[in-house]
Amino acid sequence: MSEKGRLDTREQQLRQSLLRGLDGDASAYHAFLQELSAHLRAYFRKRLYRLPDEVEDLVQEALLAIHNQRHTYDAGLPLTAWIHAIAKYKLVDLIRRRAGKDALQDPLDNASEVLTAADGEATEAHSDIERLMARLPDRLRLPILYTKLQGLSVAEAAKVAGMSESAVKVGVHRGIKALAALIRETP
Amino acid sequence: MRTDDLVRLLATGAEPVEPHATGRRFTLAVGSGMIASALLMLNLLGLRSDLDEAVCLPMFWVRLGYVACLVWASLLAALRLSRPGRRLDWVPAALVAPVVMIWAIAGVALAEANPGMRTDLIFGTTWKSCPLLIAMLSLPVLVAAFWAMRGLAPTRLSLAGTVAGLLSGSVGALVYCLHCSELEAPFLGTWYLLGMLIPALGGSLVGPRLLRW
Repeated sequence: MSEKGRLDTREQQLRQSLLRGLDGDASAYHAFLQELSAHLRAYFRKRLYRLPDEVEDLVQEALLAIHNQRHTYDAGLPLTAWIHAIAKYKLVDLIRRRAGKDALQDPLDNASEVLTAADGEATEAHSDIERLMARLPDRLRLPILYTKLQGLSVAEAAKVAGMSESAVKVGVHRGIKALAALIRETP
Repeated sequence: MRTDDLVRLLATGAEPVEPHATGRRFTLAVGSGMIASALLMLNLLGLRSDLDEAVCLPMFWVRLGYVACLVWASLLAALRLSRPGRRLDWVPAALVAPVVMIWAIAGVALAEANPGMRTDLIFGTTWKSCPLLIAMLSLPVLVAAFWAMRGLAPTRLSLAGTVAGLLSGSVGALVYCLHCSELEAPFLGTWYLLGMLIPALGGSLVGPRLLRW
């Protein structure tokens, strides 16, 4: 199979996982994020070769961003363009924060590159999400703790936390957004 | 936390995402912004008293069409800029086209007019207040459009802010049409445009700060 053919297949598979995930299939969504994180890692590692310590943090930040903005994916459009735009936005944002534009190795890249390479070798991220979570108020922290880390259903989590089910859902949603904001502000 | 653990955290119990979230968010924002803007106009300015006669004039509809095309094109641009990786394609041309049309009509009107009347065609009687009133009426829509974009994912923040401003300016102008008695194309191509560009400039300035995610 040609390089382009392989890329198209990969895009199709990844897109199917995402679309099933958007429909509420958690295991397909898990597979999507898992493969995506390897692509993001390879993408960022290539472009942040002067800031290798930042790569894993940026992978996590981009994953949170993609998760929080997943409702902006238009099923009629190529997945590659969407992921690339978010990854590039997060990369440029990081470089602006570091104010060292020379850290950017290759700013003029194109969208198809975002899925060409995968890197499964995760290094440790600096931002400790568990530590960041401790800074969230209980109404956001407990829903994430029970439903996301302990795997309880929304109804069970509501009972344990003494909250309504809708408060748990809203808490998860807002809590992950708050985590994404915290991870951005952490130096 | 390791990235694998973050992935597990995000995927566990992931709820289905409602489709068409982008369109619904903008419909809600523009709809409620327009209602607020219309209430502002009715309370502070009032409908033009001869509205029933004005609707018989072709230029009344040309003006409405000019502004409505700008609303439509800037809404399309705002929708596209709110989604990562979505290209603008032909939308900038759709934004420029109504302005070119009104300038073409204005050119004909100015060429045919008696030279002494030309400044009247351009300045009308309300040129001083018109841009500021349009900008004022755009404010509720500007707030709503920024709210809509903040829940989405614009990646070109200054441009997205400009377009949000242009959208609010054109909706403000649409509402203003029901108050304003100026119907000459040279006036519309100048002062209406200026009124719509004021919020666009404001949006471009605050976009990078307010739309960051």
